[in-house]
This record gives sequence, C-alpha cells and structure tokens, in this order.
Amino acid sequence: MVLVYAESPKGKFKKSAFEAVTYGHKTAQVLGTQCVALTLGDAENAGQLGKYGAAKVVSVGDAALNNFDSQVHAAVIADAAKAVGASVIVVSHSSSGKALLGRLAARMDAGSVSAAKAVPTNDGGFKVKTNVFSGKAIAEYQINSANKVLSLMGNAIQPEEVGSDVAVEAVSVTVPASRVAIKEVKTVEGTVPLPEAELVVSAGRGMKGPENWGIIEDLATTLGATTACSRPVADTGWRPHHEHVGQTGVAVRPNLYIAAGISGAIQHLAGVNSSKVIVVINKDPEAPFFKAADYGVVGDLFDVVPRLNDALKKYKANS
Amino acid sequence: MKLLVCVSKTPETTAKISFSGDNTQFNEAGVQFIMNPYDEWYALVRALELKEKAGGSVTILNVGPAANDTVIRKGLAIGADNAVRIDAEPKSSLFVAKQIAAHAKEEGYDMVFLGKETIDYNGSEVGGMVAELLGQPYISFATAMEVNGNTATITREIEGGVEVAEVDTPFVLSASKGLAEQRIPNMRGIMMAKRKPLKVVAATDATDLAVVASYELPPAKSAVKLIDPENMDELVRLLSEEAKVI
Repeated sequence: MVLVYAESPKGKFKKSAFEAVTYGHKTAQVLGTQCVALTLGDAENAGQLGKYGAAKVVSVGDAALNNFDSQVHAAVIADAAKAVGASVIVVSHSSSGKALLGRLAARMDAGSVSAAKAVPTNDGGFKVKTNVFSGKAIAEYQINSANKVLSLMGNAIQPEEVGSDVAVEAVSVTVPASRVAIKEVKTVEGTVPLPEAELVVSAGRGMKGPENWGIIEDLATTLGATTACSRPVADTGWRPHHEHVGQTGVAVRPNLYIAAGISGAIQHLAGVNSSKVIVVINKDPEAPFFKAADYGVVGDLFDVVPRLNDALKKYKANS
Repeated sequence: MKLLVCVSKTPETTAKISFSGDNTQFNEAGVQFIMNPYDEWYALVRALELKEKAGGSVTILNVGPAANDTVIRKGLAIGADNAVRIDAEPKSSLFVAKQIAAHAKEEGYDMVFLGKETIDYNGSEVGGMVAELLGQPYISFATAMEVNGNTATITREIEGGVEVAEVDTPFVLSASKGLAEQRIPNMRGIMMAKRKPLKVVAATDATDLAVVASYELPPAKSAVKLIDPENMDELVRLLSEEAKVI
C-alpha cells in the first residue's frame, strides 16, 4: 500500500496535494497496489482526493495537528501507515514535507529519496529520479529497503483526475504532545508562494532601484505571476528576502520564469534551472543568463518589460 | 551550552559536474571541494555566536574520509573548539544520520546544527533524521534565533513567509540564509586550528538503504531564441503556441 500525506494548510488542499495523490496513485500502479491518502487536522472536502486516484482517504482530525511539528506529524503519519498497512509513503517536497521526509525515513528505517521528479520504476529494483548538484545533474536512486519514503518535487507532474470522490474514514492514532510552540505565522496573502508558483517574473540589479519595480509588478499582475528577485537586490533591501531566488534563496520550478535585468550568475541559475521555460531580458548580449534561456530579448528592460506587458494584455483580451 | 555543528564537504558551487564509471560515480578529478556553505556560513557561525555570548563549546562533526580533514580544519579556524570525524564514506543520508545520532547520544548536546541542505545532493534529509533518531524537536530552515536560558525563539521559512516557533533544548536545527553572517578565518585562527583536537572515530554499523544507481546530465538546452525587442507580440505568440506556458 502507498500512503500519501495530503497537506491541508488552513484546512485547504493546494495543487501540490493533488500532485502528491496523483503521484501516489501512479506509484501504486507500478507496484501493483493501491493508494491511500491521509489528511491531518482540518481538511475541507477530503473526499475529493479520490478524484486523483486515492482508493480511500483516512484522516486524523485532531485540531492539534493544524500547527506543524515535524516530530508529532511524523509519529502520526508513521502510525497511520502501520494502521493501513502501507510501506511506501509520499509527501510533498514543501517546507513541512522536507522536515517530515527525514524523520519518517529514520522512524521507519526506510530508504528515502528527496524531491522525486518522476514516477518510480520497479524493474530490477525500485528506482526514483531526482535532481542533484543544484539541478546540474539527475541521479537515479535505488531503494533497497521494504519501507520507502519519497518527497515529490513541486510541479514535477500535473494532477490527473482519474476517479471520483471517495469516503473519508477516521483512523485512530495517538497524537503526541508537541514540544514546539508556534508563536506567530507571517505569510504573504493573495499571491502564490514562490516555491509553488507556475509563473514567475523576476528582476535584478538592472532595475537600478526599488522605485522602478512597478513595471515588474504590472507584468506579474497581467500574467497572474509571482514576483521574485536576484540575491543582490534582496541583500540591498530593494525587495524582501523571501523573493530571493537562487542557491541560498528559494529554488523555483515554474512553467515560465521571466528574468529582467539579471545577469545569471551560477548561484542564481541553481535556483531556476528546473524552470520549464526561461525568458531573459537584458541589454547586455553577453549576459551568461542567455545561455540558460529558451527565449531572449536583448534590449533595455525599461522599454521591453512595458511592451511585453502590453502585448500580454492584448493576448489576454483576445483569448 | 554544548553545541554540535554537522558539516559536509561539497564540490565548489561553480564546479564542473561530470561522471565516471559508466555514469555511476561523480568524477572528482579537478573538482575543488569546500565546506557546504549552509553549514559554514550560517550553522557554524550562529553556534559560535551563541558560545561567545553564553559560554560553552562548539564541536564540529563530519562523516567522511581523511581527505575531509582540510574542511574540518577550516571550521576550527573559524572558531570551533574541537572536531570529530567519523571515518566512513558518506554514501546515503540515513547512514550519515545514524553516525551523527550515535555520537550525539553519547555526548548529549544542547543543540545540533546543520545547514538546510548540502549543495551537492540537496536532500534536506539528515536534520530530520538526526532529530528523529535522538527523539528531539527539529526546526528546519531557521533564518533567525534568539536564545534565552534553555528556550530558543526561532524564525523559520515556510511557503510564502515565516513562522516563529519556541522550543526548549535539546533540539536539532537546520540553518538557512539570514541565521548568521559568513566569517572569514584570520591568520591567528588558522594557526590555532592546527593545535585544536580532531578526533577520528570508527563508524557505527549501518546499511545504505537508498543509493545512487546512476547519474545523467540534463538534456542540453537548445540555443536561445532571440526575439526582436520591438516585437513583444512575437514573444507572446511563442510562449502561447510554441512553449504553451501561457
């Protein structure tokens, strides 16, 4: 049995939860078994996980689980896995999932693969691919233990509707007391967080100053994209740190990454090279970012970005 | 405070990545190795700051062969008091975590620090594993930490923002950018590092449960398609019809 932990922050599933269930369903097919989805704490309309291939949904509804503590969550997930007879566990490669992956692997003495990017194969060993060396290479891991834990890279596969809503069963698991007290949560509301964003508009030092960011925000609004920036821009305080994309910042993997006025240092590329399509706008034709780009525009971003915004508005109005 | 900082040796950020042995091994020829930046810049420095303020000791731990001693000495030069190297090839995350946990159990540290990930395998796994093996809380992706007595108030990165958590020692923490500022070792530190104790201990028995079977390089990117800066309608058309991303 494959058990998928479907995260429901503030009681709601995000796309990453549907991706994880789709992935769990496909993994179960490879192994000739079934996929069960697990929800912890509040989870509205959990039965919908059946659409993405969960044969059933089990839930531990204890409100204490609405606050994330990797120790508590890992204990509950491992016990739930035991209760449903699952030996393979799938979590999202989110901030919570990353903390859970290691804990679950240690708890279950399981081989684990972090940020899986493809459905496992099981032909002469259970094998899973993931990016290594900050996206500069791909490694195929083989897991040799009976128990296995995988975290799924965001946007690696798309949610697929293959079934219909299923029943949600409560599973009886003891929830241990947490030793971590959450004092405050500060998140930006109304935009998709960068690690999950499918469309990203990013800008760098070529912007010359924080007061010029209006054109980037306008373009992001037209696209429905999340804004991002390069490290020097975050370091000088032009933009908030959570927008910093790159080796020491956030790694993104959107369908479209538009970079304006970013030269493309290797540390920045390490955070963006999993993007499906990269558009680079830079007035310097020698900017290294062009080598990593799919589409390039050599020109002054203060002309090109507003022009691109107008072209997109026209496109949106006609489609 | 008795503090442990786990450090890894990783290829330098700009290293050329290639493989040998029918794509089963990372080709180390000509590659420069460094201390994993998250371990060095953030985890180690924050631990040193705590020691400087409240007293105690900072121990560096590495799981690896004798060739890793240069990286360990750098940590001592930056200011750690002593170091332990567990003499084993670090082939899988759980193997490494079991080595760290065995040492930490014996020593009983107040805090165990690690970087949020290594820049080679990017797994982000070992911190959680060590915490689980020690039965301790784990705060991942810490960007700030204040300590008052035995209680730490830690800011950690979550999707689209931060969360502030309070936790009592002992615990395990992974360090993100912001937790501290990089320190460059000075000559005095480098000289002193040569005399600081570096203990080499044998590995605990543990199996590699997940190992790399093979590597591949990502498909080569085709050459960039340049678009006339006057003609953004064309770029939009390509994004829609060719790339199908809008």
